[in-house]
Amino acid sequence: MIDKNDKSAIILMFHVHKKYGSKKALININLDVSKNEFLFITGPSGAGKSTLLKLLYLGESVSEGQILIDGMNLSRISRKRIPLLRRKLGIIFQDYKLIPTKTVFDNVALVLEAMGKKRQFVQKKVNSVLRTVGMESRFNALPQSLSGGEQQRIAVARAVVGAPKIILADEPTGSLDSESAGVIFDLLKGFHTRGGTLIVATHDKELIRKTGCRAIHLKEGRQVSK
Amino acid sequence: MILFFKRAIYDIRTNRFLNAVTIITISLSILIVSSLVLFFVNANDYMNSWKKGIKIIAYLKPDIGKANLVDIKSKIQGLYGVAEAEFISKEEAMKRLREQIKRQSSLLDGLNENPLPDAFEIRLTGQSSNSEKIENLAVQLESLPEIDDVEYGQRWIGRFVKVFELFRLTGYAMSGIFFIAAVFIVANTIRLVIYSRREEIEIMRLIGASDRFIKAPFYIEGIIQGALGGIIGLAALFAAFFYISTSVEHGLSSDLLHIRFFPLRLSITIILCSMLVGWLGCFISLRQFLKE
Ligand SMILES: Nc1ncnc2c1ncn2[C@@H]1O[C@H](COP(=O)(O)OP(=O)(O)O)[C@@H](O)[C@H]1O
Ligand SMILES: [Mg+2]
Repeated sequence: MIDKNDKSAIILMFHVHKKYGSKKALININLDVSKNEFLFITGPSGAGKSTLLKLLYLGESVSEGQILIDGMNLSRISRKRIPLLRRKLGIIFQDYKLIPTKTVFDNVALVLEAMGKKRQFVQKKVNSVLRTVGMESRFNALPQSLSGGEQQRIAVARAVVGAPKIILADEPTGSLDSESAGVIFDLLKGFHTRGGTLIVATHDKELIRKTGCRAIHLKEGRQVSK
Repeated sequence: MILFFKRAIYDIRTNRFLNAVTIITISLSILIVSSLVLFFVNANDYMNSWKKGIKIIAYLKPDIGKANLVDIKSKIQGLYGVAEAEFISKEEAMKRLREQIKRQSSLLDGLNENPLPDAFEIRLTGQSSNSEKIENLAVQLESLPEIDDVEYGQRWIGRFVKVFELFRLTGYAMSGIFFIAAVFIVANTIRLVIYSRREEIEIMRLIGASDRFIKAPFYIEGIIQGALGGIIGLAALFAAFFYISTSVEHGLSSDLLHIRFFPLRLSITIILCSMLVGWLGCFISLRQFLKE
């Protein structure tokens, strides 16, 4: 399905600025991410990594500049079509953002239900994804009964279940022990191997070295080359 | 759709207290409004049967020959608002008078000539019996050459009808106020439910759920609240009605006071209105939620 040799850009950012009030969080960011790229965004805390990801999923809107994702111009997109953008993306949040009142299964299934998928399909797909992340036995558990690493695995399952083109991950291993971090990282690599595009914000230099993938560095909101 | 229903039911169950309060409020509003409506339905029945009892008596001039009676009768019946005109001869009138005063009827024996005139007793159609129309009709009758005088005693009924109309308007206004109050109460509950679930809603949005997907269960919830509130309110009213009407009918063994409950169609309309209340409440709070 996904043509691995197609290396055209799937995300483009032109002269993007982001201000929170008078605070400049991002200054003149220019970036292109090609299909099936595994890109890291690094930088010290407060550098603007999370902000950059938020701009991509329209958690925040740009103050200046343009962003194109898979043919959609984010500054032109109507409110009604924001869900269409978000379905192209699988988002892994720093704080997991699982719904505390829903079971593991329901948390993951929600993505497919929101897409209007049939029940049998949802059932099958969610079970298979939970198996991939090694959480199939906990399908009926509530998130708070899981460890951080397990919650993050559910978050990954939820991010991939809708078969998105792109995964955005904000410090996915930041608060995990090295073993859990390894599991999460392998899952992300699996998504990349199957042809997905990834953007991962992290300050884990070890992780970047291990993969040898491209990384862009942010410092006080600016792109710096190393 | 089934999914939305499940989520709505789940929601009602998790926010049991909030939902119970809303449903009770709706049912109280429905109870109050529909008891007003019930009162008007019955009062209206009563007024109509009363109005049918209103009579105008038109006395004929003494020299009218029996031959003209058919002609006069058809003239009277041709007037607007007349249901029926019955001829009462002076002999008949005397007989009725004797019956009415029974014991003192010997007083009448002294008369050697019947002083009463021939007359027509005119019944009105139900709708045409407000006081202006009666007045109007009386004037028209008086202008007929064969008619000497017109009498219609129950002027006060006309006034009563006016009071009743005023009463009815007040009833409408009160129903309107309760309707709006109920809508806002539902809006408020849904707002609280949304507020208690804002984190969940935010997450749903982030994973690509459309507004429609997020809002549908709330609408279903509002409509279910409305339906339950309406049914409970009507049931309470029916219980009260049943209790009162049986005790009243024991005390007053008459067909005069025959009270009835709503016909089925009106009951269904009331429940539908109640569901509309739920829907509107949702609509208002969700519109605000969309703006944020
Ligand atoms: N919602 C916000 N309102 C105001 N300032 C913010 C907001 N979010 C982030 N910032 C500021 O923007 C800068 C970049 O933050 P962030 O993108 O979270 O950095 P990082 O993820 O790299 O640690 C920081 O100085 C932070 O204080
Ligand atoms: Mg951050």
